[in-house]
Amino acid sequence: MAFYDKLFSALGLSEWCGTSDDKAPLSLADLAAQAGGEEASGPFVPIPSFDNLHESCNRIWQSRDVTNGIEEGFLAAKPVLKTVLDPITQPLSWILDGALWLFEATPWFIMVPLLVAISWYASRSRPVTIFVAVSIMLLAVVDHYDVAMQTLSIIFVCTTISVLFGVPIGIAMSKSDRLQKSVVPLLDLLQTLPTFVYLIPLIFLFSVTESKLYGIAIILYAIVPVIRLTDLGIRLVDRDVIEAADAFGMNDRQKLVRVQLPLALPNIMAGINQTIMMSLAMVVIASLVSAPGLGVNVLRGIRNLELGVGIVAGIGIVLLAVILDRVSKAALTRVDKTQVKH
Amino acid sequence: MTQPMVRLSGLYKIFGARDKDVLHHVQGGMGKEELLAQHKHVLGLNNINVVMQAGEITVVMGLSGSGKSTLIRHLNRLIEPTAGEIIVQGEDVMQLSEDGLRHARQEKMSMVFQKFALLPHKTVLKNAGMPLSVRGEDEVTCDREAAKWLDRVGLSGFENHYPAQLSGGMQQRVGIARALTANTPIMLMDEAFSALDPLIRTDMQDLLLELQKELHKTIIFITHDLDEALKLADHLVILKDGCVVQQGEPQHILLNPGDPYIEDFVSDINRARVLRVRSIMTPLGGDKVPADAHGEVDVNDTLESMIARSGGDTSHAYIVKDGEQTVGTLDMTELVRALVPRVASEAGARQS
Repeated sequence: MAFYDKLFSALGLSEWCGTSDDKAPLSLADLAAQAGGEEASGPFVPIPSFDNLHESCNRIWQSRDVTNGIEEGFLAAKPVLKTVLDPITQPLSWILDGALWLFEATPWFIMVPLLVAISWYASRSRPVTIFVAVSIMLLAVVDHYDVAMQTLSIIFVCTTISVLFGVPIGIAMSKSDRLQKSVVPLLDLLQTLPTFVYLIPLIFLFSVTESKLYGIAIILYAIVPVIRLTDLGIRLVDRDVIEAADAFGMNDRQKLVRVQLPLALPNIMAGINQTIMMSLAMVVIASLVSAPGLGVNVLRGIRNLELGVGIVAGIGIVLLAVILDRVSKAALTRVDKTQVKH
Repeated sequence: MTQPMVRLSGLYKIFGARDKDVLHHVQGGMGKEELLAQHKHVLGLNNINVVMQAGEITVVMGLSGSGKSTLIRHLNRLIEPTAGEIIVQGEDVMQLSEDGLRHARQEKMSMVFQKFALLPHKTVLKNAGMPLSVRGEDEVTCDREAAKWLDRVGLSGFENHYPAQLSGGMQQRVGIARALTANTPIMLMDEAFSALDPLIRTDMQDLLLELQKELHKTIIFITHDLDEALKLADHLVILKDGCVVQQGEPQHILLNPGDPYIEDFVSDINRARVLRVRSIMTPLGGDKVPADAHGEVDVNDTLESMIARSGGDTSHAYIVKDGEQTVGTLDMTELVRALVPRVASEAGARQS
């Protein structure tokens, strides 16, 4: 005799509910009762969950039907999704593989000076450049140069794509309040969803051997800050300057290119810095789905309890993070300086 | 008289979502407070009729909230009116297409802003050349014109500085140079000097008058400062709560305030410095020139200079000349009388 029997008979629904059906899957409580050999004795008034209501009325779902339903729904939609998404995302695989090949095939004596030169060009700061050179050589000395380059190639591709898509989306959001209202919850979702949860539907959709799988996971996670800060940056542009642009007859394109984007640039750069940091965070988790790089060694450290391997790879990731952060921050302050020169 | 440069007729602006629906209340005589209380709409401009002549400085004066900044933004439609006509050079601004409006903003009207509104990431030269480059002129032309006008406002040598490196007064000179580079017949100046300190403000007013002497632009100047308004205006429009309280020649308004509000306003002015001989002289009747005249004065001399000249002796009288022609006589007693505001002379003395 289940607790909610009386409720259903009082509502006159006994007939609709039908008789007990033993073929129904076991509820958690039943399992517990079987294991313990006695009937489950919950609190005096059991919480009106699906499982508890099901005991009184067969028509009501069990909780596992919900998870089953989601899974079946997703599997049903999968063929359609796959035929649409597969061709669209295929170039991402090519780009990722191409970049990976390029970073690995370039000999170190070209690659390292090139990276140092890029850091100098971006930051124009001697300490930062020296730090970059020392860090890369440090990684090379402990034979982590190759994996570090793999990680760097993934970050390079994912950040570039995030910026290419994120900045226009941010611009569109800044132009339309309605678009902003509808996109912001999505961005909140992408930012709060635990990183592992991204991977679950992606694994179902794409093959684990394809590089676009981790590419998509990283981009979805890392694109959020650049969108947000582009939107914010353009909205924060001084209204007086915008009015002046209008008063001198600029059209929308001139206003965007000559006024809004340059004045929003410090914010956009801050967004790009965050995007780089977040793609680095995700690239480690993405090693679970066959992303190459330093993350693989971390994963090996965890799986085989190889303490040293894990920690060296971890320190390598920290070094990369600091390099990328310092270079992009130095570039940011350089951009900022041209704004307020005193 | 030739066609006016700008004519505003029956201009209304009501801020709010249903401005067109509540317009008839305002036209029926409802005031600002009532409109806000009953319909939650803010009355910006109420039946503005102003004519601005080519080559004149029209000053629109009013306290904050009087609608003066709203008014100036109607001329280039930065703000859309609720009702009314805006005619610029015989063309109805309200009928312009989006492209036509942009064209008018580029070719007909340039604007100077209270907070300068320069592009912080561009040099002074590029800022001043901005109106031309917006029109699609090549860089050489932009830079040449910009350099020319920067030199004219006294900023040569600062071309490659950034706005943030300049003081407020210099930034506003860039703002003026930018408006001049646009080479438009009309210049809109929205409290252009209000953010500057008093000495620099006087400098800038002198600069503007000097430029105007040779350029003869149609300038619409917004200010809350009566001294500034009287100094610059050929035509003065006084706004209060979105209505024109009085408009006309500034000396005339000063001597004949049409409203207690304006009387109150003008009573604090240094009249000796503002009023000129022509406003208070006795026009010549027939040919009788007083024989005891102490000398000749120009019609545009200020009363201040007259007091200095007479040494404060009220018994003196002068012959007033406009160029070579004798146009009237000035009795120093008249002059002293004109120094006292009408409202104060009626009350005996102003209670303070």
